[in-house]
Amino acid sequence: MHTSFYLTLLSSSFSTTVTSSSAPQESMENPLPTSRAEAFPAGLRVLIVDDDPTWLKILEKMLKKCSYEVTTCSLATEALDMLRGKRDRFDIVISDVNMPDMDGFKLLEQVGLEMDLPVIMMSIDGETSRVMKGVQHGACDYLLKPVRMKELRNIWQHVYRKRMHELKDIETHNIHEDTNILRNGSEDPDDRQYVAGTEMSSVRKRKDLESKEFVDHEFNDPSTVKKARVVWSVDLHQKFVNAVNQIGFDKVGPKKILDLMNVPGLTRENVASHLQKYRLYLIRLQRQNEGRACSGNLSSDFMNGENRGNNGFNSSTNIQSESELTTYTSTTENFQTQGIVPSVHISEPKKIEPVQIIGSKKVPSNDVLCASKINNAPHLSVLLSFNDKMTDIKACEPATPKHKPLLSGTPMMQFMQYPKQESCNILSEYSCLTYVDQNLDPSFHQYSSTLPAFISATCTSEKDVKDLFEMKPVLTDYRNGHFTAIPVQVKRGAVNAQDIGAGCKVAGSPSIQDCYLNDKYSQGYFPLTYEFSLNGETEADSLPEDVHLCSLQKIGSIENLGFSSAEIYQYGDSTPTTDVESNWYDSSELNGEYSYDPVEYPLIDEYLFA
Amino acid sequence: MEYSTLYNQIAMMKKSFFDQGFLDEQFYQIEDLQDDASPNFVEEVVTLFFRDSSRLITNIDQALGKLPQDFGRLDSLMHQLKGSASSIGAAKLKNECTVFRDFCHKENIEGCLRQFQKVKKEHASLRQKLENYFQLLRQVGPVEKANRSGK
Repeated sequence: MHTSFYLTLLSSSFSTTVTSSSAPQESMENPLPTSRAEAFPAGLRVLIVDDDPTWLKILEKMLKKCSYEVTTCSLATEALDMLRGKRDRFDIVISDVNMPDMDGFKLLEQVGLEMDLPVIMMSIDGETSRVMKGVQHGACDYLLKPVRMKELRNIWQHVYRKRMHELKDIETHNIHEDTNILRNGSEDPDDRQYVAGTEMSSVRKRKDLESKEFVDHEFNDPSTVKKARVVWSVDLHQKFVNAVNQIGFDKVGPKKILDLMNVPGLTRENVASHLQKYRLYLIRLQRQNEGRACSGNLSSDFMNGENRGNNGFNSSTNIQSESELTTYTSTTENFQTQGIVPSVHISEPKKIEPVQIIGSKKVPSNDVLCASKINNAPHLSVLLSFNDKMTDIKACEPATPKHKPLLSGTPMMQFMQYPKQESCNILSEYSCLTYVDQNLDPSFHQYSSTLPAFISATCTSEKDVKDLFEMKPVLTDYRNGHFTAIPVQVKRGAVNAQDIGAGCKVAGSPSIQDCYLNDKYSQGYFPLTYEFSLNGETEADSLPEDVHLCSLQKIGSIENLGFSSAEIYQYGDSTPTTDVESNWYDSSELNGEYSYDPVEYPLIDEYLFA
Repeated sequence: MEYSTLYNQIAMMKKSFFDQGFLDEQFYQIEDLQDDASPNFVEEVVTLFFRDSSRLITNIDQALGKLPQDFGRLDSLMHQLKGSASSIGAAKLKNECTVFRDFCHKENIEGCLRQFQKVKKEHASLRQKLENYFQLLRQVGPVEKANRSGK
């Protein structure tokens, strides 16, 4: 899978580069900053990567004609070495998509993440999906071969634009950084003060310098203003991820992360941009891992305590990480490793008739998770949401003919699968689910090998529902934790917060018979229901695996319904999910206030009905 | 005058390349790149192309011979060849490559084999044409930049 981000915080260069407008260490490659700046865009340092020698020669010539400084490279790995070897050696990278040793998109990703350089993709293939993929991976432009001179002449705009943004970021966030740094005094007062001091001065210096340059040069001299490039080393990135996990994805913000990370010399801006990239990276990684491209149109609002009123429970249960879904679907057979209940591919968007929502009306955009309204509905309905193809599940009124069976009083199970994390903690799982990053911190492998956590809760009475509500606050508390085991809560009749808090409760051994797929929904919505016999509050996670297996096996039966894991998440790489998204949103009372950001994963709600 | 005859010949030859669809606009672009710093740029590029493309064709030949055929790999190789062909504006060759890829996508092995023969033929034919062309060019000497008749 991916290798973790590179780690190297150039703390020294951070403070030094602030004052220098070019990398003095690499001065032999760079002409004098001022002269280069004045001539901008002439002298733009371009690294061109293409395995086709003919094209390489042609492009080199073309770029030289634009008065750019060209370095050629025919291997992606070689290019990466060059880029890593000397920071600030290049201003822009142009790479072909099809490379023998590495996927061009991967290179694109790496460069964007590590070096934060603008990357232009090239290909003879101009298919929309490819271009889209390029953009998704962070390409600032996508050129079609044969490339024309005028196209190459204009590539400097990407460098310029980036510099402008950096300048803006620096200027607008300097204040915040300063304040932030000053405020981070608690843990290590001495250190902090010291850092704050240096930070302040270096930040100020940089600000002054850049302001000066801003004024001096007509172009604001973006070519000479060098942002201190932070290299995200493994350690640094780990700190980053830990901070993110700790904060809780829905609450995460660059400033908070920065505070938690407590790394001298790191700026909020660094963190912000890294966070952004990280999210994209994780999504893509996740897609690759799961073999499916998840639509990343989930806004982070989803998990951001959007709980309306009573939505708490639902929202939390609804949250499902994309990864879960993906793993689930892709591993119908291999449940063990993926541990995610496969999402059913619902081809046509259909509304799920009234879904009993537990207490809340949160409907994730992706997954229609209907929090059942407590009302008089003695049951919970959980909608199994399917990533990408989820039809919208609307929160339904307690009573609908269709769902009559639901009203039968049979306990419904709410299914939630969460990627298995370290600690068996439902609450933390929630947070994990909602926050992709948590799931996909550098130890990605963890993720793929963990079983999904199931969380089921059934309510058979109002009291139960109420109890479920109680879950919410408990859940949120655990948000920041990590969870390992798969929490499974199977309860029939009563759910109480404690149980949830405890995380894993498996009542008895779920039997296959208990699991059944309800294919009664004509709408094509595939509800997956589990019924576990409730044995009261049981401890620990006695049979989480079994439960999963159970569900898996059950899931397997999904195939009987015509779904197959292959069908699930037939998501093209670059297929926009906007069209799918529209399916999700429905005007149910739950309304899709959830919009996911790419990092969020759709929730899988299991629609339970008796 | 001798030179003008030669120039005419060269011009006519080049025109025929374009009229018959062997070359396209991209070839002009390459000619435009030729300058004092690289006076033989066009010929260098073309030579480089034929060297690299011959290698690719050999690879495709081998891949076709290996059973069962790996259409994915064949497609990928042909994609490379197509990309390469586009670099010098070898329009006809590019098209033949596209047809081959279609057969690949349909996993039509007979189609692929037949089409590959066409690809090879076109490749060889273009090579010959351009060799003749450059030979003529050399006769007029480095003074003359390629005539852009028909542009």
